[in-house]
Amino acid sequence: MTDSKYFTTTKKGEIFELKAELNSDKKEKKKEAVKKVIASMTVGKDVSALFPDVVNCMQTDNLELKKLVYLYLMNYAKSQPDMAIMAVNTFVKDCEDPNPLIRALAVRTMGCIRVDKITEYLCEPLRKCLKDEDPYVRKTAAVCVAKLHDINAQLVEDQGFLDTLKDLISDSNPMVVANAVAALSEIAESHPNSNLLDLNPQTINKLLTALNECTEWGQIFILDCLANYTPRDDRESQSICERVTPRLSHANSAVVLSAVKVLMKFMEMLPKDLDYYGTLLKKLAPPLVTLLSAEPELQYVALRNINLIVQKRPEILKHEMKVFFVKYNDPIYVKLEKLDIMIRLASQANIAQVLAELKEYATEVDVDFVRKAVRAIGRCAIKVEQSAERCVSTLLDLIQTKVNYVVQEAIVVIKDIFRKYPNKYESVIATLCENLDSLDEPEARAAMIWIVGEYAERIDNADELLESFLEGFHDESTQVQLQLLTAIVKLFLKKPTETQELVQQVLSLATQDSDNPDLRDRGYIYWRLLSTDPVAAKEVVLAEKPLISEETDLIEPTLLEELICHIGTLASVYHKPPSAFVEGSRGVQHRRLPPRAGSGESAESSDVGQSGPSEAPSAVIPSQGDLLGDLLNLDLAPPTATVPSVQPSMQMGAMDLLGGGLDSLLGGDIGGSPSMGASLGAAPAAMPAALGGAPAVGGGLGDLFDLGGGVGMPTGAYIAPKTLWLPAMKAKGLEISGTFARRGGIIQMDLSLTNKAMSVMTDFAIQFNRNSFGMAPAGPLQVLTPLSPNQTIDVSLPLSTSGPVMKMEPLNNLQVAVKNNIDVFYFSCQYPISLLFVEDGKMERQVFLATWKDIPNDNEAQFQIKDIHLNSDAASNKLQGSNIFTIAKRTVEGQDMLYLSIKLTNGIWVLAEMRVQTGSPIYTLSIKCRAPEVNQFVCQCYELVLKN
Amino acid sequence: MIGGLFIYNHKGEVLISRVYRDDIGRNAVDAFRVNVIHARQQVRSPVTNIARTSFFHVKRSNIWLAAVTKQNVNAAMVFEFLYKMCDVMTAYFGKISEENIKNNFVLIYELLDEILDFGYPQNSETGALKTFITQQGIKSQTKEEQSQITSQVTGQIGWRREGIKYRRNELFLDVLESVNLLMSPQGQVLSAHVSGRVVMKSYLSGMPECKFGMNDKIVIDKQGKGGTTDDSGKSSGKQSIAIDDCTFHQCVRLSKFDSERSISFIPPDGEYELMRYRTTKDIILPFRVIPLVREVGRTKLEVKVVIKSNFKPSLLAQKIEVRIPTPLNTSGVQVICMKGKAKYKASENAIVWKIKRMAGMKESQISAEIELLPTNDKKKWARPPISMNFEVPFAPSGLKVRYLKVFEPKLNYSDHDVIKWVRYIGRSGIYETRC
Repeated sequence: MTDSKYFTTTKKGEIFELKAELNSDKKEKKKEAVKKVIASMTVGKDVSALFPDVVNCMQTDNLELKKLVYLYLMNYAKSQPDMAIMAVNTFVKDCEDPNPLIRALAVRTMGCIRVDKITEYLCEPLRKCLKDEDPYVRKTAAVCVAKLHDINAQLVEDQGFLDTLKDLISDSNPMVVANAVAALSEIAESHPNSNLLDLNPQTINKLLTALNECTEWGQIFILDCLANYTPRDDRESQSICERVTPRLSHANSAVVLSAVKVLMKFMEMLPKDLDYYGTLLKKLAPPLVTLLSAEPELQYVALRNINLIVQKRPEILKHEMKVFFVKYNDPIYVKLEKLDIMIRLASQANIAQVLAELKEYATEVDVDFVRKAVRAIGRCAIKVEQSAERCVSTLLDLIQTKVNYVVQEAIVVIKDIFRKYPNKYESVIATLCENLDSLDEPEARAAMIWIVGEYAERIDNADELLESFLEGFHDESTQVQLQLLTAIVKLFLKKPTETQELVQQVLSLATQDSDNPDLRDRGYIYWRLLSTDPVAAKEVVLAEKPLISEETDLIEPTLLEELICHIGTLASVYHKPPSAFVEGSRGVQHRRLPPRAGSGESAESSDVGQSGPSEAPSAVIPSQGDLLGDLLNLDLAPPTATVPSVQPSMQMGAMDLLGGGLDSLLGGDIGGSPSMGASLGAAPAAMPAALGGAPAVGGGLGDLFDLGGGVGMPTGAYIAPKTLWLPAMKAKGLEISGTFARRGGIIQMDLSLTNKAMSVMTDFAIQFNRNSFGMAPAGPLQVLTPLSPNQTIDVSLPLSTSGPVMKMEPLNNLQVAVKNNIDVFYFSCQYPISLLFVEDGKMERQVFLATWKDIPNDNEAQFQIKDIHLNSDAASNKLQGSNIFTIAKRTVEGQDMLYLSIKLTNGIWVLAEMRVQTGSPIYTLSIKCRAPEVNQFVCQCYELVLKN
Repeated sequence: MIGGLFIYNHKGEVLISRVYRDDIGRNAVDAFRVNVIHARQQVRSPVTNIARTSFFHVKRSNIWLAAVTKQNVNAAMVFEFLYKMCDVMTAYFGKISEENIKNNFVLIYELLDEILDFGYPQNSETGALKTFITQQGIKSQTKEEQSQITSQVTGQIGWRREGIKYRRNELFLDVLESVNLLMSPQGQVLSAHVSGRVVMKSYLSGMPECKFGMNDKIVIDKQGKGGTTDDSGKSSGKQSIAIDDCTFHQCVRLSKFDSERSISFIPPDGEYELMRYRTTKDIILPFRVIPLVREVGRTKLEVKVVIKSNFKPSLLAQKIEVRIPTPLNTSGVQVICMKGKAKYKASENAIVWKIKRMAGMKESQISAEIELLPTNDKKKWARPPISMNFEVPFAPSGLKVRYLKVFEPKLNYSDHDVIKWVRYIGRSGIYETRC
């Protein structure tokens, strides 16, 4: 039998031929035809036209044929709901068939037909099948309830199927139990608050019994379900652990990982001094190591999980370093993960071995892997102080290889080593300087420049070195430019006499010839600082830097806890909470580890944002965004002692809008002038350097920059009354002045046209060039009467935002062409971005929180608005008038914090936090947006609105 | 759960596509093809997220199997399932190839319908599946047969059917070990472990209850303490081995192993893998490789490699192969070896030295001169490790089968009537020496 012939492409008229064959009297021919149909369906051809003919073949006692027809039905029923009804009778009949395999087949297939009318007919047969005498039918029916729930949840509840499903947990057949558990777990996920999976010690006991008897897959369902249970006390926790540990010897890796998940979670509840706790820890290591002899794909999943486990409980695998040594033939994804775990396990005891390995890896072929290996050596130096010296000498050896990317990577990590151990390894600087010319990556160049600037006093020719970089200043990336500016200023402060010329050169390059606002601002700050108070400048620029932390890239403790609860799943592979990649409500419930019993902190750890166990690594400083999130969380909850867990769910729709908006904004870049596009594109990268205090910037300097951000803003570009846009001189006597307004959700351009020429003007028309937000006239320019000399006419032109998009410089620039009977005239004007603030820009609190956290901190910008004499409520009202909505308000130590949201016409959300110090005229504004280009303009609008 | 399952050929043409969930559309089929199969650079991860859809893939020769989902599924389970599915397909129609898949697509759809329901894996034991997915239809089955099938598919012993009869009750035990080594050029063991498998072929009647015993240190020590005879106490020191970890076929009662460390089970019929284990202590390394690489100027390398066999002289190692990597800019190689045959294989960038047989406690040597083309490539040659393949007739971990007892209370054969065969094979896993 060679079925492959069905895959061969056939000619036109195929459908007709198939139709004839399907209606043939010969059974064999019929079956052949159905096979052909299925093959066509597989390769993506549309064979839905054959629906009635295929369904006609359903009434058969040939099981193979029946299954094929069912397969077809599942695919096309949705597109042909009316005809699908034809199949119902056969299904209902099949559900009564004496053969259990046929009954199960019918109920299994019916559940896959997503047609409302059919689901109604499904209820009765399903009810019967759930109570069928044969376990095979019952286990199939159990899954069918989940299918039906996916189509029509209400129907399932109304029909009482959920209770029947719960009863199946007590079924005598282990596979029925497992499938019922799987179905219930899935249904419960979409009803986060229902008590559907009512887990109590009795049901847990049933599950544990079934665990010993069911198939490997069933064991996974049961273990995953068990992981959601929270035992009442440490004794129950221990007894469950004891019954789960045998699963660690299962041949199926997924069973093992799910068992590990249950144990890791329930271990939290065991007192640490308990003997059993130690035994359990010891039992966990061998199975985890065994996972590494599985197939590479599973190894990858295991390694991603081990990465989490090692961060949570380093003691489990601390003696198992060797098994993570990379094998020459490992796939690259396994190699990279092993390397990561090696660094996490590195300690004084094993550092010699680790270093020897890393050095070996640094000579391999794969560039990514080699880079990571070099970086790992640096991380070892920072982590294990005793090894720092050896690491540095290893890095120097690697620099001697002169392999370009190895050298660059080494220099980047050596910079970090200098930060961690100041005044210790500076002797290597000479070697580093030799490689100056070979550096072509911005990060390495910036690192090298930082080193030169920081140690300028020890490098004789520091000025020459820096000068050499200065030659191509404008071709450098922003990162390098900023670093170079700072380094030269440092050099100047250390050796003022010889380098005056150099510093002037760089300051003028940065302030006058650059169109990058960050660079300009930083240049201005330095300039003013140096010219007003050199002593203060010295204190700021050469301030002592805080040491960098030991452990880098640890996962934030709250997230780590959540991920531990998701061991084995995709979340643990991505190292992201499910809400970050799952749509809808499914799986967005945050899971938490249970509190440890008897430690007295159980009440506390149920608070939001508080990590349960106290031994969680505290080295990580939560980013500003997280802090803000937590504060907001507290604010949102009722002011009682027990704070219910707020679940920041994410609205995916909004996210996608954001993405789309950004794309269209950036996509517009094509065709625009490349240099402008590039400079704007680089802006976000420069932001964090200026605001977050890059390594080169002293702590105090960061604040100064904020000030600078405010000072350097071009202000006063917008005046609410009409401004002159087109002088009569330039337009053969036509003078145009105008302004923009948003009235009742419609953007209008108010124009005054004045005829200063001698003759009458007629035939007015207007057109816009493509612009950043797609503004375009929504109608023609209505100048009905001819414009006689010295006459002025006022026109309002409604605008839409559905025109073609191109990114402009500045962003709010609008190029306009006006035509009359004399000529075509061009002018450009700038509109306040507040025009684009739409009326439905009020974000849900939860969404706001989630979005705020989700936007990278790099996109955040801070501004100050001065001379505002309003209290926060008045400000809030005023802002609301311009579609800037206050989401929440909070008062901390006399400071009012307002959380605001704006939505632009293209779907971009702009979030802001405004701090108002009572009695002070200065407002501080932090703006976060997916498209950071708009930040500056949004700030201008705040200022305008608040001041007028 | 799994939302859909696709099988592609190497060109990215879809051979099988089965969608289980409504959230997976036809475009997912194309997304995987475009982003993974046709991707320009090498695959960097077996899990790919494309537009909020996750794709898990494994490759068997040039066939891609991909499972798709939009939910937070159990990733380990998905991969285990994909492997299982390959096993099932292999058991039904042999090698997984485009030809075979196209020839059996109806069967594959039938299997997929059975072993995956709404994305939840169901019973996927080939033994059970073969009783009712036959491509022959099931008309002929009697009522008893049907209920027997369903009870087997859903039952506690899903891997064995009742009523098996053999005239001769026989079983074969193969202890298959692969010994892995990574050694430094100086002869220091960087890492070494044995991963072993006990594969059983059982041809036993009825529902036999089996008990398997080996020289597991924990068991022997326990018995020693229990105060049994002297000789078991004596032998425990030398003869027993420490097993780091082991995993078992689902027929083994894990709770019993956990509490008593005894391995008891009712075996599937025919061949299956009873257990896997791993040891790291006191491994017998059958061969030692001593490399010597000398760079003579920039255009010549001198390589000398000595191999020593380290086991009883009466035993013979077979299929010995030493692979000595050569730089990419090799222009010519001269080899002299005392034993076996050696050849420079330019396409593989290696000298391959093959020896058919070698007894224990012997040594042999190869020396080669490698001429290099001068290059201006700054990057140094990465010097991949020298790897070795071999097969030896003993278990490098030291594992010994002590007994395999068979009880079948209902039928009239006893443990003594069963013919038992035991065989030990040690093979090289990744057996590498850096040079």
